[in-house]
Order: sequence, then C-alpha cells, then structure tokens
Amino acid sequence: MKQKHLMTGNEAVARGAYEAGLNFASAYPGTPSTEILENLALYKDSLYCEWAPNEKVALEAAIGASIAGVRSLATMKHVGVNVAADPLFTFAYTGVGGGCILVSADDPGMHSSQNEQDNRNYATAARLLMLEPSNSQEAKDFTKLGFELSEKFDTPVLLRMTTRICHSKSAVTFGERVEKTAKPYEKNIKKYVATPANGKVMRRNLVGRLTAMEEYSNHAEINEEEINGSEIGVISSGVAYQYAREVFGDDASYLKLGMTFPMPMEKIKAFATKVKKLYIVEEMDPYMERQIREAGIECIGKAVIPEYDELNTDIVRKGVFGIEGATLKSDLEAVVRPPAMCAGCPHRGFFYALSKKKNVMITGDIGCYTLGSAPPLNAMDTCICMGGSISTGHGASKAFSITGADTKVVSVIGDSTFFHSGVNSLMDVAYNKGTNVTVILDNRITGMTGHQQNPGTGYTLMGDETGEVDIPLLCQAIGIKKENIYIVNPLKLDEVDHALDETLNKEEACVIITKWPCILKKFSQQDKNDFDLKPKKCKIDQDKCRKCKLCAKTGCPAIYVGETITINADSCTGCGVCVQVCPFDAISEVK
Amino acid sequence: MKEVKNILLVGVGGQGTILASKILSMGLLEAGYDVKMSEIHGMSQRGGNVSTQIRFGEKVYSPIIGKGEADVIVAFEKMEALRWIEYLKEGGKMVINDFEIPSVPILMGAMEYPKGILEDLIEKADVSVFEASTIAEQIGNSKTMNIVLLGALVKAMNIPGIDWEVVIRANVKKAFEDINIKAFKEGMKQV
Repeated sequence: MKQKHLMTGNEAVARGAYEAGLNFASAYPGTPSTEILENLALYKDSLYCEWAPNEKVALEAAIGASIAGVRSLATMKHVGVNVAADPLFTFAYTGVGGGCILVSADDPGMHSSQNEQDNRNYATAARLLMLEPSNSQEAKDFTKLGFELSEKFDTPVLLRMTTRICHSKSAVTFGERVEKTAKPYEKNIKKYVATPANGKVMRRNLVGRLTAMEEYSNHAEINEEEINGSEIGVISSGVAYQYAREVFGDDASYLKLGMTFPMPMEKIKAFATKVKKLYIVEEMDPYMERQIREAGIECIGKAVIPEYDELNTDIVRKGVFGIEGATLKSDLEAVVRPPAMCAGCPHRGFFYALSKKKNVMITGDIGCYTLGSAPPLNAMDTCICMGGSISTGHGASKAFSITGADTKVVSVIGDSTFFHSGVNSLMDVAYNKGTNVTVILDNRITGMTGHQQNPGTGYTLMGDETGEVDIPLLCQAIGIKKENIYIVNPLKLDEVDHALDETLNKEEACVIITKWPCILKKFSQQDKNDFDLKPKKCKIDQDKCRKCKLCAKTGCPAIYVGETITINADSCTGCGVCVQVCPFDAISEVK
Repeated sequence: MKEVKNILLVGVGGQGTILASKILSMGLLEAGYDVKMSEIHGMSQRGGNVSTQIRFGEKVYSPIIGKGEADVIVAFEKMEALRWIEYLKEGGKMVINDFEIPSVPILMGAMEYPKGILEDLIEKADVSVFEASTIAEQIGNSKTMNIVLLGALVKAMNIPGIDWEVVIRANVKKAFEDINIKAFKEGMKQV
C-alpha cells in the first residue's frame, strides 16, 4: 500500500502540479487560494513560482509561459478572476502552448470575502474546459489530468475549487514527478495574435473545440455513475457531492461530475432515464440545473436547495427531506467574538487619529485595515473591492465638489493592495486633479492573507532578495507633488494628526504613507535596522486612572475594562498608542 | 467502525486547536480510518473564534457536520463551549477547558462575559471540566494546553490501537517532544 498523506486541497493541487511537471506558476494571494503557491514554493528545486502584483498579471505571465512551451499555472480567489477576466477570455480563443490551468478558489458562505460568486459561470462565458474536484485526492488527480486535457484540446483549463475543498484535509497518495520537455517555441501569429481578423477564425475554431470536449466529457471516467436504485437519482459536483452522497445514502443513484464544462449531456440524459426522480445538488448558482433543464430534462434543484451560503448536510437534508435534527440549547448567550486588529497593530494608531476627524468620508479597501470599520473605531464608510478605495474616493470627492458639500474624502489602502491595482487609481486621481487624500498603510508585508512578500518588501516568494518599490518616488512619478507626500510613523498620533490636518486642507492630490511593520511579521534584518522593534510593555497606574475608558476607545485587545482597567502583559507590545491617548498620564511604558 | 464519528475542537485564534486537530487526524489516519479534517475560521486575524472538525470512519463523505451531530466537542475556552453546544449530539460528550478569554466587546466594557456557563452546560450535557491551562503551566509550558486537551479527548473517545506518543513526536518540534508527551498523559488523567 502506498503511503497516504493528510493534505488540504490546496496542498494537493500543488503536489499535483509538481507531479505533472509544472515549470511556471504565478498568483496573487487571496483566501482560500493562497496556500497553493506557498506549497509549490517548497518544490523550488524543480520549478519556478512567483507572486504577481495582481491576478491579471499572474494569469498573463502564466499565458506567456504556456505560449513559450512549458506547463504553467495561475491561482487566485473567486474575485481575483474578475480582475483576470480580460486576458482569460482571449486565452480561450488562442489556446495554449504548454498546458495551462487557472485555479479559481470560490468562497461560498463568504468566510473571508466581500461577495459570494459562482465562478463556474466563467467556464460557460469564456468557454473553458472545467474540472471540479470533491476532495484532496481529486484535487491532486484533476490537476494532473487538467494539464493533459489542456494540451489535448488546446484550451486553458479552469480548476474550480471552493473553500471547503481548499481548506479541508483528506488522504492523498503521491506519485512521482514526470519531467515534461518544453514544446519548442514557434512563432504563430494566426494563433497567438488576437487581432480581429485572426480572432474571427479563432472564434470559429473554439466551437469545434467545444464539440470535441463535450464528446470527451460524455465518456470521461471522472463523470462517474453509481447506480443503486431507480427511485431517486442525484447529479452533483465538487464538495456538494459529498453532502449529497451522505444525505441520500446508499439507496439513491448518483452521477458525480468531475468535468462540468462542457457538461456530459448524453450521459446526463441516459442517467435521467434510469431514475424516477432527479435531484441536482449544487452550491450557489443553478449552474448545472439550468443546462439540464435547457436539454429538456425534468429535475429538482434550487426549488429545495438554497442559492446562497455554503451548503452542508443539514441544509441538504432539510431542503430535500424536510428533516431537522434535534439540538441542545442553552439559556445563556455567547458574546460575539469578532476579529480585531492585533495589539500593537500599526493601523490602530492611524485609524484612531483618523476617526477623530469631523466631516470626512473614508473609502476603504480589502485587507486587515478593513477592520478599521468595526467598533470602536468605526473609521470606514465604504469597501467595494481590491484596489478600489482610491478611485471610489476620487469619484466621491468629485461628487461632493459638484454638489457643493464640504465633506472631505480620505482613501485608505495597504501596501500590497496599492501595488495590486491601487496605483492605477492614484494615477487617475493625479491625472484628473482629484483632491481626496490617499493613505497608503505600509506594514511591510501582505498582512491579511498571512504574510506574503510583495513588490515593496525586498524579497521574492522563493526567498531571494530583490529590489523594492520606493512608494514615495512612485507616487511622484505618477504625478503627486513631492511637497504633498507625507511619511509618518502611525504609532505617533501627533505625526498622523498633523499630516491629516495638512492634507485635508490642501485642494490638491495628497498622499500619506504610514510606515511600520506588521506586529505579527517575522522581522527581516532590514526591519530591525529601520525600526525600533524592541519588545516593550505598557502599564496602567491605578492611582492615576480615572476610568474614563479613552484608552479602550482605541480598540486594543490588550486593554481590559473590568472593575479596574488593566493591560494584559502577555498580549501588549508596547506600541504606546494608549499612553498618548490617556489624558491623566496614567499609562506608561515599563521596561 | 461503520458509523462515522464527529469531533469538534473549538477555541480562540492562537490557542493551538489546529495543531491538536492535526495530531488527532494523523493518529486516526495511521490507524486505518478514512479521515477528513476541516478548519472553520473567519478572517485570519487573531482574536476571532476558530474551530476544526474531524470526521473519521470506514468512509467519510462530507468534510463538515451540522447541528446536533458532534459525538465529542472539546472547548479550549468556556464561552466557545456555549457557542457550539447546539452542535453536540444528544448523548454526546463535551470536554471544557475552564478558562476565559474575553472578546473585544467584553474587553471594551460594552458587554459582559456570561455567568454560569459551566453550571448550565453540565445540566444539559455529559460534560468534563478541568483547568487545562493551569496543568500546562504546572508542567512547565503554558502552550502545551492544547495537548493536555488532546489527551483528555483521546481518553474520552476510547479508541484503542493508536500509539499516540509516536504521532505526537512526529508532529511537534524536537525540543518540545517530551513536554508535549507529558502534557498528553496529564490530559488523559483528567477524564
């Protein structure tokens, strides 16, 4: 028996890509997809992988590597595919050189995302071959198969995962890596240059390719029948299959689809005739149901399975059979435990100072600092998408000037998010004479997803030192005046306050860069040289404390308001924000 | 074991629930079970609640369970035990670390930590309570609290034929192997 490894779906995709002879991979980190590239980097002796500044760039790099002849991979979360959608649609036209897979990690239930989005729709929209694994072993196997199918049908493959496949662990059996010889690169303008004349031909070829792929889908072993009885039949895919298989049990028959675009319609028709009642169990959109109904097959799907939120066995059981399990209930109620900015988080000082400003609209972005919207800081008015804070703020500020409102706009964005797409938005502000204040919260790392390097950190994914973006110089280069760029230490409230006052009073595009490393980050030698990071603690002198609770208004989780107000020495990092806030000098730094 | 067993470990970010779950899952996999383990957490910052689910048996389909389906719940923090009680099966067991971590609204003085949690839960379910954090401190490393609880869980589950010492040694840093084994044994004495 081969040794079994307990792996997440993400680890398994990395393993599958490694075994398939992958040479190049690129990604922008995003939950739940991040760990795929982190695990690929462990195979650095055999392949090359990198973080890209955003998903469009990641996919374009993978396309380039594919055209040059090697197997390539791009990974991203569901909303990242929106960013990468532009090259994706054309890539479906050109087809591949070396096999290429795009992993979309969807997040039903929005565990860590701003929306719920069913990216299976991208497969039909762009006409990509799509595979949907339902456990870690399949995540590995389908990745390997994906590269083969990509080359066989000359198409990029969409490997569609969801949070529960990405992050749950199950047993995986390993294989050996098979080195792939790169296809020799040959110039092929008709295939790879998408001008309208070439595109028209590509578009027609795409239809032929789809017919061949559907033929394959109808015979593919990964579209698997399990015939147990003729009363109930279930068609399902991905993790939804696992919920369905458990709820319907050993008496129902199943058609489990591993390839869901093109759908194996002949196989589905044949399966439908074998059962009296046909259920379609799928998470989020009625993606399969719609196509099955269009083919004239009667089925029950979204009539009983909700179109929103993550599924589980409970929801499927209740929807289909109307059965609800008995639960124990307590008379007490647990208090919510929302995530909070860490003790010592450099964003806290900045947001505290910002929250004191009156008549200001704050446009926010995607990252740890989105927590600035939570009580007690409440320092955020909008959060739409990655990189959107600056351009949303630009539009709002133009609107205020049109309506004559005297509301000022502050746009906040992290360093990695600024490189992702915020920089484009700041160009827009500079070019179009915007007046919103842009704050780049530079904590020297990509914090939210668990500390990935980015173009501003000086290190690559594979651990090499590299050049880093000089943010103030970059801002100048795109048109922000040097005298309108402020660099502040966010832990020093008066510095932040001063910079905010000055910039809010200028009728020109201004940038404040707050620079201090994330407190959870593993500090580099450069961090140690550049910042005073020696651990310190703060303490409250109970004789001086008047219990005004101003320190607690900073939202620091090390401060506890009980009978007395105290600071937890285990979690305090001595950032000193509370020392500056206390009006009675009751808090001080202790050695 | 034909029937699938469901275990839930619940706590607060940073308490080590994930490592304990990993060791448990590895042990069960070594013993020949089909195992699925799933982490459930919101955003990745510290301070939010974290839970992991482990399902094992001859064949496991769903990686997650619903309300009223857990055979055992191990709560690394008291209020989390309260939050997850609805997931316990009737007749299921609960192991609770008698330890409080106030959440942000409580820290700020906006809400109060609920009183009488243990009394309430003991009345409703088969509950074992002990101070895993204190035991971990006494044996010399407060961070081994998760392994103390793992020991208690393994005892409560009563599955023979798994050499947990070997599994623990394979999953913790060399320098911490012995103290974790001590923590595990102390935990086993508690249930």
